Amino acid sequence: MASPQDLKYTKEHEWVRMDGDVGTIGITDYAQDALGDIVLLDLPATGTNVSYMDKFGEIESVKAVSELFAPVTGEVVDINSALEDSPELVNDSPFDEGWILRVRLSDPSEVEKLLDANQYDEYLATEVE
Amino acid sequence: MSPSSPHPYIPNTDDDRREMLEAIGVATVDDLFADIPSAFRIDGLGLPAALSEVELIREMAALADRSVVTGNGVTSFLGGGAYHHFIPSTVGHVIGRSEYATAYTPYQPEISQGTLQTMFELQSMTCELMGMDIANGGVYDGASALAEACLMACRVTGRSRIALHSSVNPAYVDVVRTYASGPGLTVDVLANADVTDEYACLAVQHPAFLGDLIEVWSLAEATRAAGALYITSVDPISLGMLTPPGEYGADIAVAEGQSLGWPVNYGGPYLGLFACRQKYVRQMPGRIVGRTTDLDGKTGYVLTLQTREQHIRRERATSNICTSQQLVGLAATVYLATMGKEGLRQVAESCYHKAHYAAQLIDGIDGYTVSVAEPFFKEFTVRCPRSPSEINQSLLERDIIGGLDVSDRIENGMLVCVTEMNTREEIDRLADGLRDASE
Amino acid sequence: MTTTDRTRLDPKTDDIGARLTFDRSRPGRMGVLLPALDVPTAELPDSRFLRHDLRLPELAQNEVIRYFLGLSKLNYNIDSGFYPLGSCTMKYNPKINEDVARLAGFANVHPLQEPKSAQGALRTMSLLQDALSEITGMDAVSLAPAAGAQGELCGILMIKAYLAERGESHRRTVLIPDSAHGTNPATAAMAGFDVVTVPSTSDGNSDIDFLRSALNNGVAAMMLTLPSTLGLFDPNIEQIAAMLHDHGALLYGDGANQNAFLGRARFGDIGFDVVHLNLHKTFSTPHGGGGPGAGPVCVKSHLAPYLPAPIVTGDEGNYRLKTPEHTIGKTMAFHGNFGVLVRALTYIRSLGADGLRAISENAVINANYVLVRLRDAYKLPYDRTCLHEVVLSGSRQKAASGVKTLDIAKRLIDYGFHPPTIYFPLIVDEALMIEPTEAEGKEALDDFCDAMLSIARESEEDPDIVKGAPHTAPLRRLDEATAARKPVLRWTPKAEPTS
Repeated sequence: MASPQDLKYTKEHEWVRMDGDVGTIGITDYAQDALGDIVLLDLPATGTNVSYMDKFGEIESVKAVSELFAPVTGEVVDINSALEDSPELVNDSPFDEGWILRVRLSDPSEVEKLLDANQYDEYLATEVE
Repeated sequence: MSPSSPHPYIPNTDDDRREMLEAIGVATVDDLFADIPSAFRIDGLGLPAALSEVELIREMAALADRSVVTGNGVTSFLGGGAYHHFIPSTVGHVIGRSEYATAYTPYQPEISQGTLQTMFELQSMTCELMGMDIANGGVYDGASALAEACLMACRVTGRSRIALHSSVNPAYVDVVRTYASGPGLTVDVLANADVTDEYACLAVQHPAFLGDLIEVWSLAEATRAAGALYITSVDPISLGMLTPPGEYGADIAVAEGQSLGWPVNYGGPYLGLFACRQKYVRQMPGRIVGRTTDLDGKTGYVLTLQTREQHIRRERATSNICTSQQLVGLAATVYLATMGKEGLRQVAESCYHKAHYAAQLIDGIDGYTVSVAEPFFKEFTVRCPRSPSEINQSLLERDIIGGLDVSDRIENGMLVCVTEMNTREEIDRLADGLRDASE
Repeated sequence: MTTTDRTRLDPKTDDIGARLTFDRSRPGRMGVLLPALDVPTAELPDSRFLRHDLRLPELAQNEVIRYFLGLSKLNYNIDSGFYPLGSCTMKYNPKINEDVARLAGFANVHPLQEPKSAQGALRTMSLLQDALSEITGMDAVSLAPAAGAQGELCGILMIKAYLAERGESHRRTVLIPDSAHGTNPATAAMAGFDVVTVPSTSDGNSDIDFLRSALNNGVAAMMLTLPSTLGLFDPNIEQIAAMLHDHGALLYGDGANQNAFLGRARFGDIGFDVVHLNLHKTFSTPHGGGGPGAGPVCVKSHLAPYLPAPIVTGDEGNYRLKTPEHTIGKTMAFHGNFGVLVRALTYIRSLGADGLRAISENAVINANYVLVRLRDAYKLPYDRTCLHEVVLSGSRQKAASGVKTLDIAKRLIDYGFHPPTIYFPLIVDEALMIEPTEAEGKEALDDFCDAMLSIARESEEDPDIVKGAPHTAPLRRLDEATAARKPVLRWTPKAEPTS
């Protein structure tokens, strides 16, 4: 499936949706498919500061563990509490109900350096067989 | 003429090998080993030639006959972490089945439900015995279970100091020290309850190595006040009558499961039982089985929470362990299912009463003293009139394997163990033997 | 070969998973009679020491046996068929080994008996130490480790202690190939080392250039599985050993795959400083559904003083246990998994020198035969002669019809085989790791290969039958996601998750 056009992406297969200075972060459809059934997310508390490309959490499927890297720098303002009971939302709706957290960016222009949907799809096509 | 199949365990004949080499497209078998540098290739091993089955059983039986073991008139009062208990015949018949013994780790749950469901049974029975929330499928032995528990306490608390109470078996202390040496954790043995907030845990053995029942409640309180985890190492047979760890505040409870249907086997393989509170489940080492359903909705079991383990998390795993001592765990499961609640209670009480009978008797012998006023379960320490190992030599001549020499801890101390397997007549014989060996 | 030659379970036992011993319990039933107390009763301790409730099942003996026998039928096992689980060496487990290990003179020796009364057990251990020393070409052996993973831990702790003694505690890195078993990095971490991953080259060997760049005076050791988990013997092994030693680092051998070159080459001659063996793999002791095993460590003389305790020393009539001078300590309460050691010695004595060499020969022929029979139907990522196991990839099937390696594995169950190891080693996409062992004859291999070829055809012609497999197993695919999301890890009276 083609990646939604209104989002920004990283090569670590995360996406960011900007709304003012707040970015909503999740993992892409490709990432959820590669991980398989998600069973647990280990996430920072709201108020934590995260930095671009630093590890901020872990996502576990039945048979894999993957580190989550922050696509942007800023303060965590919200986490998706629905994932605690229903981590499968990340599989079922990776770009929407399966969002992971929201970050208020220290510098909203930072998001400009991420990939757009076409660049990300191209990356998937070339890098990932 | 040499037979064309090299051994009964190797079916391929010369003809088979020739056909297969041809299919592979090489002239000789040596071609298949071409990647081994020629300097390292050897012609064979300097080991004896093969034995026929007749010779083999003769040779191995002759080896076995060189040790003195219980049975055929020989009786034993040796414990100290390995125990002669009754093993119902059901156990051997179940674990002897190829279906259990020759399977491996249940990676394919659709064809491994026997292993998985019995492991779930063991987890459940361990929880019930210990009064704890959850248990894993087992680790190597009681000592490594304690070591893993201490490492887990360090992970949970973020602290790097381990406190072991002086009640802990000294062999277990050694094993904890070995495991702690890797990550550079400190291990202290405390004779009291001086747990400070430096410590990740206090580990207590109940009943203690020297047999006495421990004031587990005050130690629990002191440990909790220090923000440390309370670990108890227990005798599972004693739990047929004694208060379970969950009721006196244990955060992690471990035990040597050998007593549950498994022979002493010169020290192994054994079974480490491992249970903890629900909230620590993701810090627990070892295999864990969970219940689920298949596509048709039928109940089944799978290995679960595997992301804790080495094959997935690699250098960040909770432990490198991959075994659950499954077959020993199966023996424990069949044992507990056979004994049932009443059987286990009877065994525990039988140990208790026989040990107290023995203690009274021995305390009455000139030169021997037992602190019979102190509460104990199936083991107690005797102060002997002379070296316990000399006394044991004399007992051995009467077909009695005496108690454990603990004179490094108590002057001329002998740790005597009495189980349901010792008859009154045997206990009386032990007392006679001790009397005659007193000088 | 048909897919209907195995039937679903008898409906009467079909719900066996839903009813545990606890559910089958009836108050008042008992499984065994115990003798009446033959001594006077003693006063019980203070009541707070006593439990008031013990919830264990109450079953008649017949019910116990039927339940566990019923469950046993749901297990695939070596004695029922081919079990090519790569890297696990699922060879035949000789029956005589079981008879010997159960002899009272072995099973009933107490570990704390004084050596004088345990000479048979001690001699058994001594003979095995000597045999493993000869097989590996190492100078000294400790049988203490309970399993391969514990043998690894001992080996790495010995390296740590040895380096510390030489004032080289600054060496904090262990190099591990990307094809390694997960236990290797987990072990290095448990021993307090940092792990650096060594990539494999396109022909499956360790990347020598990377190794050269990674070697510095911070490197303590390299852990190397030989042959690798790809079933390949690294022809540069001599150079690798020399490079490590030139930099003051040690070479650790993971002997999990010793079956591949038994009697044809020795770890010690090749330059390894320490190696662990898995007696439940190469030396035929039963895997038991996941243990017990045993993982002896074998070392060169410079590491001998650090061996885990105890080792057996002495000779005829005077064997005893000894704690090596600078031992890393004990890893179990007693002396190792003795019952497993007895079986391994029985096996070695049964095979003899020539038989042991015949093992590697036949194991390697068998693996290469499977390789040539399957190489056209499945992708062969490393196209060269293998040793004891062959690693294939299901990537072609996945790309063509969406049939994943997991599906191929499940479909093999319908054909009556245990699937190979799958998705390992991690560096092979959609990996299928097949280890036939020497214990299978040509016909068994042909049957297995026929099934694999048939599945490859099905993947093209009727992929759904593969994706829906297994169809004939006691259960269909299980919901592992829900098991991990909402763990139910024990029985409770209402069969509900614990809080």
